[in-house]
Amino acid sequence: MTAYLDYNAGAPLRPEALEAMTQAVAAPGNASSVHGPGRRARRLVEEARARVAALAGAEPAWVTFTSGGTEANNLALRGLPAVRILVSAGEHDSVLQVVPGAERIPLTVDGLVDLDALAAALRDTPEQTLVSVMLANNETGVIQPLEAVIALARAAGAWVHCDAVQAAGKIPLDMATLGLDAMTLSAHKLGGPPGVGALLARPELPLAAQQLGGGQERRRRAGTENLPGIAGFGAAAQVALRELPAAARLAGLRDRFETEAGRIAPDLKVFGAAAPRLANTSCVAVAGLPAETQLMALDLAGVAVSSGAACSSGKVQPSHVLTAMGASSSEAASAIRVSLGWASAPADVDRLLAAWGDLYRRSQAA
Amino acid sequence: MANRDDSKPNPDKANRRPPGIYLDNQATTPTDPKVVEAMLPFFTERFGNPHSVHHAFGWDAEEAVEKGRAQLAALIGATPREVIFTSGATESNNLAIKGAARFHRERRPHVVTLASEHKCVLESVRQLEREGHPVTILPVGGDGLVDLDLLAETVTEETAVVSIMAVNNEIGVIQPLAEIAAICRDKGAYFHCDAAQAVGKIPLDVAALGIDLLSISGHKFYGPKGIGALYVRRRPRVRLQPMIDGGGQERGLRSGTLPTPLCVGLGTAAAIAAEVMVEEAGRISALKTRLLEGIKGRLSGVALNGHATLRVAGNLNLAFEGVDAEALMRAMPRLAVSSGSACTSTAVEPSYVLRALGLDDARARSSIRLAIGRFNTAAEIDTAVEELATQVTRLRAEGSAAAE
Repeated sequence: MTAYLDYNAGAPLRPEALEAMTQAVAAPGNASSVHGPGRRARRLVEEARARVAALAGAEPAWVTFTSGGTEANNLALRGLPAVRILVSAGEHDSVLQVVPGAERIPLTVDGLVDLDALAAALRDTPEQTLVSVMLANNETGVIQPLEAVIALARAAGAWVHCDAVQAAGKIPLDMATLGLDAMTLSAHKLGGPPGVGALLARPELPLAAQQLGGGQERRRRAGTENLPGIAGFGAAAQVALRELPAAARLAGLRDRFETEAGRIAPDLKVFGAAAPRLANTSCVAVAGLPAETQLMALDLAGVAVSSGAACSSGKVQPSHVLTAMGASSSEAASAIRVSLGWASAPADVDRLLAAWGDLYRRSQAA
Repeated sequence: MANRDDSKPNPDKANRRPPGIYLDNQATTPTDPKVVEAMLPFFTERFGNPHSVHHAFGWDAEEAVEKGRAQLAALIGATPREVIFTSGATESNNLAIKGAARFHRERRPHVVTLASEHKCVLESVRQLEREGHPVTILPVGGDGLVDLDLLAETVTEETAVVSIMAVNNEIGVIQPLAEIAAICRDKGAYFHCDAAQAVGKIPLDVAALGIDLLSISGHKFYGPKGIGALYVRRRPRVRLQPMIDGGGQERGLRSGTLPTPLCVGLGTAAAIAAEVMVEEAGRISALKTRLLEGIKGRLSGVALNGHATLRVAGNLNLAFEGVDAEALMRAMPRLAVSSGSACTSTAVEPSYVLRALGLDDARARSSIRLAIGRFNTAAEIDTAVEELATQVTRLRAEGSAAAE
């Protein structure tokens, strides 16, 4: 038996999503065809669109299905005619790498975007400025003060895009009420299938398609609709919304891990502990205990966690997120991320604590 | 079967294919059950992120992705490292054309394509034109084939990429790929081939043909939707500017978490195609002959659009003189066929591909595409012939009655 505690990298598929996908696979149509099979496929796509919109607190017409969160972030950042782009220093690589020239708003030691710095940056900003700030960080789980970010941006006449990939299904989203212009979601982070995501954007937003062709998705994203993927995304979104209240139970598991680990290792640092955080994410470090050592020992013990974002974890450079929070390179090199999800059980945390306790004590004895 | 309540989900019912005869296999194909079976474990228990390098879940997923890549590479005569996974052929075509032209913008800004290419190719080329690239959209002959002499005159030392499809999505015509490649090589231009309709249907060997970039779609050959690939030649190396940046996956050419189950499904579809392609083309070709001869035996005033022999086995594009294609399709709700490519079929304009062949509006408006696939049977073909003959005869009678 293995304890999978890497939900922020990818979650197992919800049974409801699998069922929706199985039904969609049996419908052979192309959702853009006008014959019977095509219309049946179209219905499934539109049903999923409404479910994704409901999770985000948005209108169905705002939803553009993409191949995932990375594509959606690229579409938002490249598709808007922004003359100036501001991003937080803790954004995912799919934001940072798209606009290498974007100005980076620093993070506080708690992992929150520095609102004073953002306000200063927005002073006298030209029209068509875009601010992109994630809702919850993938490495630390820290929840950004999105309302304040939007208020500052609104006052300056700037657009706001929010990468909500890690927040969706974990905390409530209300795009319409917040007054957010655009939001990114990914299916496989919330129990849907990999290979599908969405950019939600208000229809009046001058968003130029990046993938051109047949004019699907209201001309915002061409390509044959990934019918089973979209159906699975819709079903996962529906369950995630329904079970949102239950997601808070993960805080109990997460807190138990942090408390017990802190008892084992008094020098344990919990990143973002003083900030609002997702209930499921814990990023901890013991300076001098390399992440690689921990991950190898945990894997041998049947516990899967990670050292940061999966896509960059092949690189041996310290996390840009933790560095932006003022972590020393030794601290950043020691950080591991534990992330729980819908199928996580107390036994998973027990297994993690046992294995981690062993490796910590071994390291102290050495 | 006791529960007949339609309001409750019934898995038996859900898993049954909708009624009717599906002859629209160029819009999309049903996913092969073997492909579905191969994908399933990677949706459920083997769900790791293939880019997670620190645990067994990630390694398992990565291994599965790489197997799929190797299976796909083998089908087209490429090496695995030359295969980049994308979300589908539309993305592949966008990446190949815009990526190549933008990368070589300074010295080779010119782009060449054909008027009969897929919309996503033409839209990509038009976007480049808006960005200031010189572009040439060449006409095709009445049979749908490229004019090689004209192409040779058009491609110059300033041409970055020539984009010509292997098999046309509407008329099924197969272009002379080796000859096109030779012209491109002569001028140092990349040859990009949109092979969405060709992969798994006709033998393709990128090395032997001299193709530099080749677009692949999963769902056009019984694989999953939401995945495709772009073959990118390594020797000599083809350079592209990526369209999607982020985690740097796919050697920096295409960021984003790879969807493991879809990569597995695409690889499985490729492995199946490699095994059955020759036999299947023969079987589908026989069904096509049965369909065409059946129709011609029952109806006069039927004309084939596109080259008569240089076409993919499953495709028939037929004009029914005096019959409006839209009305004909409405009259045959059990028969899933189309009047053009799916992505543009909500627009009731006549097909630009048929117009590119020089066919007039009336003929284009009376044409439908019949695309036969792996799962069609002789009995379905016979039913389709019956349905077509009956409805065409009826519509023609109504038309002449109305004209009197």
